Amino acid sequence: MSFLELSDVAKNYGPVTALAGVDLRVESGSRTAIVGPSGCGKTTLLRLIAGFEAPDRGRIALDGKVLANGGAAVPAHRRGIGVVAQDGALFPHLSIADNIGFGIARNADKRADHIVELAYIVGLDKAVLKRRPHELSGGQQQRVALARAMAMKPRLMLLDEPFSALDTGLRASMRKAVAELLEEAGITTILVTHDQAEALSFANQVAVMRDGLFSQVGTPRELYFQPRDRMVAEFLGDAIIVPARIADGFAVSRLGRIAVDTKERRDVARIMLRPEQILLKRTSREGMSGTPDMLFGEVTDCEFAGAVCTVAVRLLNSPDPPDAAAIGNTPLTLRRTGMDAPEVGEIVRLTVTGKAHVFA
Amino acid sequence: MASAIHLTPSTLPAAGMKKRRAMSWITLAAALISLIALLPLAFIVWIAVQTGWDTVVALVFRPRVGELLVNTVLLVIITVPIAITLSVALAWLTERSDLPGNRLWSWLSVAPLAIPAFVHSYAWISFVPGLHGLWAGVLVSVIAYFPFLYLPISAALRRLDPALEDAAAALGLGPWRVFARVVLPQLRLAICGGSLLVGLHLLAEYGLYVFIRFDTFTTAIVDQFQSTFNGPAANMLGAVLVVCCLFLLALEVTIRGEERYARVGSGAARKQQRARLGRATPACLFLPAAVALLSLGVPFVTVGRWLLAGGADVWRWDEISLALGQTLFLAIVGAVLATVAAMPMAWISIRAPGRLQRLLEGCNYIVGALPGVVIALALVTITVRVALPLYQTLFTILFGYALMFLPRALISLRASIAQAPVELERAASSLGRPPVKALWATTIRLSAPGAAAGMAMVALGITNELTATQMLAPNGTRTLAMAFWSYSGEIDYASAAPYALIMVAMSLPMTWWLYVQSKRMAGR
Repeated sequence: MSFLELSDVAKNYGPVTALAGVDLRVESGSRTAIVGPSGCGKTTLLRLIAGFEAPDRGRIALDGKVLANGGAAVPAHRRGIGVVAQDGALFPHLSIADNIGFGIARNADKRADHIVELAYIVGLDKAVLKRRPHELSGGQQQRVALARAMAMKPRLMLLDEPFSALDTGLRASMRKAVAELLEEAGITTILVTHDQAEALSFANQVAVMRDGLFSQVGTPRELYFQPRDRMVAEFLGDAIIVPARIADGFAVSRLGRIAVDTKERRDVARIMLRPEQILLKRTSREGMSGTPDMLFGEVTDCEFAGAVCTVAVRLLNSPDPPDAAAIGNTPLTLRRTGMDAPEVGEIVRLTVTGKAHVFA
Repeated sequence: MASAIHLTPSTLPAAGMKKRRAMSWITLAAALISLIALLPLAFIVWIAVQTGWDTVVALVFRPRVGELLVNTVLLVIITVPIAITLSVALAWLTERSDLPGNRLWSWLSVAPLAIPAFVHSYAWISFVPGLHGLWAGVLVSVIAYFPFLYLPISAALRRLDPALEDAAAALGLGPWRVFARVVLPQLRLAICGGSLLVGLHLLAEYGLYVFIRFDTFTTAIVDQFQSTFNGPAANMLGAVLVVCCLFLLALEVTIRGEERYARVGSGAARKQQRARLGRATPACLFLPAAVALLSLGVPFVTVGRWLLAGGADVWRWDEISLALGQTLFLAIVGAVLATVAAMPMAWISIRAPGRLQRLLEGCNYIVGALPGVVIALALVTITVRVALPLYQTLFTILFGYALMFLPRALISLRASIAQAPVELERAASSLGRPPVKALWATTIRLSAPGAAAGMAMVALGITNELTATQMLAPNGTRTLAMAFWSYSGEIDYASAAPYALIMVAMSLPMTWWLYVQSKRMAGR
C-alpha cells in the first residue's frame, strides 16, 4: 500500500472538466512531479490533495486514512499537509517570524527558537525575521513559505510551481536546495510544474498530465527515453520521430539501421530519438564516397547560443527516402556544443548512440 | 519635467525653463488654495485668542459642554462598532458566500446612501413617533451611515487573495480562525477608513439628531447660533468639535499604521470560492433582508404614506420648481468651483509629489474632516467682522461649498489624473505641442470623466447639505433640503415628503455609480 493513493479522482467546474478520473500512487519519502501544460488540471489535483476543494468523484487516501471519498472530504486544516504556493502566499500583515510561526501554537514551548531554527534550515538570515514579506526578494519569500509549511511537520508537502517566479539561475539552485532539504526531513513531496526540466531533475517519479488525465507516470528516465506517445515525448524535450520498419531488434528508417528497445517485430512503426543521441562529425564531400552504410548530411542552418548551438542538418544519403516522401527531406534539428559550431554548408557525418524508442 | 529637460539637453533650454515656471504657478495656486482652505481652522484659533483665555476656560469647561461631550462620545463609540460588525457581516455574505441574490443584496446595502441622513430620521420619527435619545440616535445613525463601511469592506474582501486563506487552512486553522487571523487583519485599512468617515459624519450631522431630540455638539452649535448669533459660546463649542474631529483623524492614523496590505508576489490572484451556506441560508438571508427593510423599507413606506396622505395638494409645483432650480444652480456652480480649486492640488500630487505636496495634502485632509457647521460659523463670523457686504451672499455660500467639498473633488480628480500616464503628456510634447496644449490634449481629456464624477459627487453633497446652507445662504434662498427642513420643522410631514422624494431620486444615480465603481475597482 502506498503512502498517498488517488483512485479515479474527478473534478468538474460547471461544464469544464478539470480532472477526468486520475489514479496516482506516491511512495513514502519520495518526490513526485506532476507536469503538464497550463490548464491541464495539475493545480486542481494539488488543491484536491490539499483539501482546498472536494473531488466530485474518487478517493484520496493518505497513509491509510481516507481524506476524500466522493463529495465527502476532510477539510484542509485537519489534513496536516504542507503547501507552498506559486508566489509564496505570505501574509502581508505579519512579519516574517510571525509568518513562519503561523502554524505553531502561540503558547508553544520555545516557539521563538523553533522559528529561528526553521529559518536557518531554509537558509534565511536571522535578520530577515523582523521584516515584512514585501521587503524580501522572490527567492527569500519562497524560503519563508517553505519554512512556514515545514513548521507543522507535515507528512506530505505540496509545491505549486514554487520556483516559476524566480529567475533562471536562482530557480535551479532553489530546486536543488529544496529537494535536499525535504529529503533530509523525510517529507514526501509532490511538485506541480509546467517546466519539464524542473520535473525531470526534481523528482523520482514524474507524471505527465494532459486534459485532466495522466498520459504517463514513471521515473524521469523512463518518461524521457521511453515515452508512451508523441505528446509525452515532445512535452519532455525535443524529439526526432520517424517512421521505420522493425525487425530483429533493429529499426530501418531514413536514419539508417538503429538498435531499438523492443524485441517485437513490426512492419511499420514510429521510432523516437532524442537529438542528443545523434552525434555529428565534420567531414567533407570527398569523405562521403565509398562508405554506403554511413549517414551524411549538410548543415543548412546553425544557431549559436553560447554553450550549445542548434544545427539543422539535411540528410544527403538517406537510405529510405521514398517511404518518407511525405516528410520529404526536412532537416533534422540537432544540438552540439557551441565551442564547435559548424558553418552552413559543411558536410557532417551522423552517428546514432543508444537505442531508439518504438512507440506502441 | 525632469525627463523633458533630459530629452532636450542643450538645444531647447528655453522650453525647459518655461515649463518649470508653468509648474511653479501650479504649485503656487495649490499652496494658496490650501491656505484659504485652512481659514476655518485659523479662525478657531484666532477666536480663541481674541476671546481671552479665561473666557475660553469658562465657556469650555462647563457642565453643558461635558454633557454634549458624553453624548457625542457615546454616540460614536456605540455606533461605529455596530456599523463595523454589520458591514463586515453583510460584506462577507454578499461577497464570499453563496447567498441567493447576493448582487441584489449588495446593491441594497449601498442604496441607503441615496437617502439623506435627515430623511432617514424623518422617516423613523414619523414611523415611531416616540423615538428619541441616544439609542434612537444609534439606530438611525447605523442605518444611515453603515454603507460608508460596507463599500470599502466589500471591495477589500473581493480583492483579497484566496491563496492566503488556503495557506492558513493548510497550516491547520479552521474557518473561523482563518477569518480572525488572516481575513480580518487585511480588512483593517478598509475598516479604519470607513470608520473615520462614519465618525466624522456622526460629529457633523445636524438634522438627523434634531428629529430625535438628541443633543450633539453640532445641534448645540446651531441652537446657540440661532439664539445668540455668532457669540463666543457657539464658537467655543465649534472649537471643541474641531478638537474631536482632529482626535478622530489622529486615532485613525495611529490604528491604521504604516503596514502594507497589498498582495505580495506577481500574477493575478485566482478566483475566490464562495462559502456554502447550506442549511444556514434562510438564517443568513434574514440579516440583509432585515437591514434592507429598516434602511430602505422604512423611508420608502413613510415617504409613500405621507405622499398618499397629502395627495396632489403637497405637490406645490411653483414652490418645488423654484427650490429645485435654486438647488441645481448652487450644486452645479459649487461643484465646478470646488473642482477647479482642486485641480492644481490634484495635478501636483500626481505629477510632482514631494514634501510640499504632502504638506498641502495634509492640510486638505484636515479641512475635509471639519464639519460644515464649523466652516459656516467661521465664514459668518469673518464676513460679519471683516467684510460685512459679503455676509449671506451668493459668493459666501459658494465659497463655503468649495471649502467643504474640495477634498471630495480632490479624491476623484487625483484618481483620474493618476490613470492618465505622464508618458502621453511627454509624447504630446515631443510631437511639438507646447506644454499647456499638451496637458489639454492628454491629461485633461483623459481625466475628464473622473473630474465629472467628482463634480457629481460634490453636487450631490451640496444638494443634501443643510446646516451650512441655512447659515450662509442669502435671504430668500430655499433649497430642497431647506424646504424639506422647514416643513418638517412645522410638523407638516406631508408637505415635506415631495422634497424628500426628489432628493432621493437625485441621489440614486450617484449612489448607483458609486456601487458600480466599487465593483469595477475590484476588477468585476
